[in-house]
Amino acid sequence: MSSIISVANLSKTYGSGFKALKNVNLDIRRGEIFALLGPNGAGKTTLISIICGIANPSEGQVLVGGENIQNSYRKARSLIGLVPQELHTDAFESVWATVSFSRGLFGKPKNPGHIEKVLKDLSLWDKKDNKIITLSGGMKRRVMIAKALSHEPQILFLDEPTAGVDVELRKGMWEVVRTLQQSGVTIILTTHYIEEAEEMADRIGIINKGEIVLIEDKASLMQKLGKKRLTLHLQGKLDALPESLSHYELELCDNGATLVYDYDTKGERTGITSLLSDLRNANIRFNDLDTTQSSLEDIFVDLVRTP
Amino acid sequence: MNHRAVRAIYLFEMARTWRTLLQSIVSPVVSTSLYFVVFGAAIGSRISQVEGVSYGTFIVPGLIMLSVLTQSIANASFGIYFPKFTGTIYEILSAPISYFEIVLGYVGAAATKSIILGLIILATAGLFVPLHIHHPVWMLAFLVLTAVTFSLFGFIIGIWADGFEKLQMIPMLVVTPLTFLGGSFYSIDMLPPTWRTVALLNPVVYLISGFRWSFYEIADVSMSVSVGMTLAFLVICLVVIWWIFRTGYRLKN
Repeated sequence: MSSIISVANLSKTYGSGFKALKNVNLDIRRGEIFALLGPNGAGKTTLISIICGIANPSEGQVLVGGENIQNSYRKARSLIGLVPQELHTDAFESVWATVSFSRGLFGKPKNPGHIEKVLKDLSLWDKKDNKIITLSGGMKRRVMIAKALSHEPQILFLDEPTAGVDVELRKGMWEVVRTLQQSGVTIILTTHYIEEAEEMADRIGIINKGEIVLIEDKASLMQKLGKKRLTLHLQGKLDALPESLSHYELELCDNGATLVYDYDTKGERTGITSLLSDLRNANIRFNDLDTTQSSLEDIFVDLVRTP
Repeated sequence: MNHRAVRAIYLFEMARTWRTLLQSIVSPVVSTSLYFVVFGAAIGSRISQVEGVSYGTFIVPGLIMLSVLTQSIANASFGIYFPKFTGTIYEILSAPISYFEIVLGYVGAAATKSIILGLIILATAGLFVPLHIHHPVWMLAFLVLTAVTFSLFGFIIGIWADGFEKLQMIPMLVVTPLTFLGGSFYSIDMLPPTWRTVALLNPVVYLISGFRWSFYEIADVSMSVSVGMTLAFLVICLVVIWWIFRTGYRLKN
């Protein structure tokens, strides 16, 4: 699959000397949903700001649709729609006026039919004549998405699109994003909600302290780094583990009522068979057992904690 | 050229004017009318003619300039400062639009508003005093030149300001005093020689003098000097704006 965005050796140092991005290399594939994860201050918004033309890079190059964002900024920017993290809106404008303004700003001729479609897709049609100041936070967020889509971009940046949005609305937005992807739009999503990336993304990039730590297909990432947890519900409570089980790194929980064992699915041996055998030998019985797969959130926390 | 983007910014800014009609147009017209009542009718009736023109008539160009200067600065500075304040500037910066086009949109709208205002005040003045404009083309040219130049200056203030206090500081503490001391209500020839020399350091003197010449063919300094000084200020503003966009000063990190 060809790249629609290509970031090469990108660095950003602010006037204060703070290095927000350190030699970032990243390729976004045409038509994918790419989730960029990272803790606060990791450099997610700085990276997006540079690609969209809001901040200047210190070093490196960015190509959008094969066009350099600095030398061919008109062509590059016309491909991009941006929904920033903060709710920046013209409070006293109507929904229709502000979305139409955005289309004009990107040099597109008037197309009331397209604006109508965008507003209907985002359930904003009945609010088209309302002033933005009268809308709820979730609706304002959708207005910002409508503005970003007004000029029919090929790439959509969603910087924390569901921050502060209730669960129902969040799921509604996920639907919108999926529909956009089906129409051929490439979507780059930054989020704090790991479940959002897990739910939506084709690929995941993790950025920490200005460096890309990992870029991976979501499925293979989950498989490669995923750990499983075996939980045994014991028949009787244990005060302490016998010496014969010490090499398993077991954890005794719930006042000795459950035994937890973490194992690596990619390892040659999981150690489960020998553990169960050793438990029987130690005369430790259990009523029930269950296994759980570690989530993307666990993977993320592991990665950003690594020094 | 992204003419649709220029049009979008221009119309957006003009729409703000119509939305805030009372504040944008009516308020300056009322203030100027009060100047006519106070200076023209009440005080002016006790002042003899100035260089062959009645006092009420003499102050008309100065009053128009007073409003055009302050409104050009206010319109343009607020126009660019407000998106910075609300954060909507992100959209302007991320759009496929050149710096020149951004300035054209904002400054064009600000200048248009002050020109309209200047003409409304001129018409209002006609209700109070008899008016005859000797050089209407020069009058319009001067009006446009001044409106554009000071809208550019206002644009610079709007970029520079990082709070509403700073936004008001230059217009209130610098521009208004310079306008009042720039011969709006008197000819600088009426000043003692020392103060006349000091007054010539005030750039607003040249604007008002040139503008008044287009009305009555009377001026404190020659017309060519007035035009030259205004153009010089225009060029300085353009250079500063070029530098702002080149460096991203207070716009881009």
